[in-house]
Amino acid sequence: MYAQMVKSTGQGVKDPSEMTDQERAFQERIDRGDRIEPKDWMPEHYRKTLIRQIGQHAHSEIVGQLPEGNWITRAPTLERKAILLAKVQDEAGHGLYLYCAAETLGVSRDQLTEDLLSGKMKYSSIFNYPTLNWADMGAVGWLVDGAAIMNQVPLQRTSYGPYARAMVRICKEESFHQRQGYDIMMKMAKGTPAQKNMAQDALNRTWFPALMMFGPSDAESVHSAQSMAWKIKMNSNDELRQKFVNETVPQAEFLGLTVPDPDCKWNEEKGGYDFSEPDWSEFFDVIKGNGPCNTERLAARNKAWDDGKWVRDGLMAHAEKKEARRVAAE
Amino acid sequence: MQQDALFEYLLRLGDNTLVLGHRVSEWCGHAPALEEDIALANVALDLIGQTQLWLGLAGEVEGTGRSADYLAMLRDVWDFRNVLLVEQPNGDFGQTIMRQFLFDLWHVLVLDALQASSNTQVAEIAEKALKEARYHLERSSDTVIGLGDGTVESHDRMQAALDLLWPYIGEFFEPDAIDLAAQENGVGPDLSRLEAAYREQLDRVLKQACLTAPTDFFAHKGGKTGFRHSEHLGHLLTQMQWLQRAYPGASW
Repeated sequence: MYAQMVKSTGQGVKDPSEMTDQERAFQERIDRGDRIEPKDWMPEHYRKTLIRQIGQHAHSEIVGQLPEGNWITRAPTLERKAILLAKVQDEAGHGLYLYCAAETLGVSRDQLTEDLLSGKMKYSSIFNYPTLNWADMGAVGWLVDGAAIMNQVPLQRTSYGPYARAMVRICKEESFHQRQGYDIMMKMAKGTPAQKNMAQDALNRTWFPALMMFGPSDAESVHSAQSMAWKIKMNSNDELRQKFVNETVPQAEFLGLTVPDPDCKWNEEKGGYDFSEPDWSEFFDVIKGNGPCNTERLAARNKAWDDGKWVRDGLMAHAEKKEARRVAAE
Repeated sequence: MQQDALFEYLLRLGDNTLVLGHRVSEWCGHAPALEEDIALANVALDLIGQTQLWLGLAGEVEGTGRSADYLAMLRDVWDFRNVLLVEQPNGDFGQTIMRQFLFDLWHVLVLDALQASSNTQVAEIAEKALKEARYHLERSSDTVIGLGDGTVESHDRMQAALDLLWPYIGEFFEPDAIDLAAQENGVGPDLSRLEAAYREQLDRVLKQACLTAPTDFFAHKGGKTGFRHSEHLGHLLTQMQWLQRAYPGASW
């Protein structure tokens, strides 16, 4: 997911009898389905967990521009180039709404940015994989945005108002992203033999990293249980992963492509597909910074930030001069 | 206007937006601030959209079945008709925004004039594109002013960008047989009249930006006639056209 393994209190969900009156009233509001707004009282851990989660989601949108940006200058037609530009622009916009939502919790965008650039905060593991052929633009839209939607649609009902509202706007755009991705895959899968090879190659490389996006099983996770009690996580990782596989495998079949998992089979009894677990040691390597593109992604963001310092400083200095001139004229 | 001259004239309009749109799109994900990333992508998107219209019409006028995509992806350097300014590399953000400003200022003037074109299809595209170009100009001139009148460093970088790109302005206004044919047929404007308006507005913005216009009026040329592009264009096309060249005949 765009936010993976977000830590909460680490102590499990408190029993109502252990809660203070304020905490109990807060939990009751959440249980009733009330929205928590920035000026409302909230437990410190709720605030901190949300900052981590929304911040990580925002960073994923920002870093997520890079693997697709990699193909904008090589898009094969003017229309594809325009669509891809629009999509990457949407992602920057999502980053902006999410940073704004995080700011309502008392953290600045600059602080979050510093934490991303120093490696203190994470972004989704998926963006540390390379995009190697044009069909990757299809696979990213279809599978990566598809996986993100699984998580983000329920988050429209999350307990924190600014986050839920940001998610409503984001979901509208994500479904367009997924459709355009599938549309690229259709063209490729029904195209020349070379194009079909590109499509299969992209699916082979993206399948397991997409499954990893949901994070390892969190059935036993205390963090997860707390986040679910607070309704800032709506479904378990396994539940979402299963839903994703159930929806995606028939789409791959329709394309005439093969999911790179020989054990992926329909299970009549459970009414869903059985499938292999991704290689979780690879997942933890990527999270630790050893994914194929971690170094490049972070270096690219750091370079953009460092090279842009004179621009940000210049525009700030101008705004201050302008304001001083306005005051002097009064 | 003769069909082949009109075709050339339309290529100039479409190649300018194509090449500049491509250059601006190279910034994607690497801009100095999130707002700039969004704005640059937006400008690139508008320019690519305009390219589809201009090159689409060029293909129609030519009448041999070449589409906008064909014209964009399968012509070589010598067949491109964009001015040299737009193919110049992005450089730092200052160079990118100065190049954008110098282009936007011309673009707004030319599109405004083209709204009155005797060719109704040209007039219609110009009307649509002008709305976008006005917004581009507002943003690029504000940014040039902001950075020119910002810190010492931002000022010096903007002055360096202006000095570097200054010799590429003149090509806009140097009329050749195609421009004159467009003017005579009422398809396009009188370039000398545009130049006066351009220089006047340019001076106004540079003054606010605390920047000094170079006094040398030397102008590089050869882009819009296609006679002699810079070395940069070939590399840009190598990237832009790669898939279409490597997999001929595929549908994307």
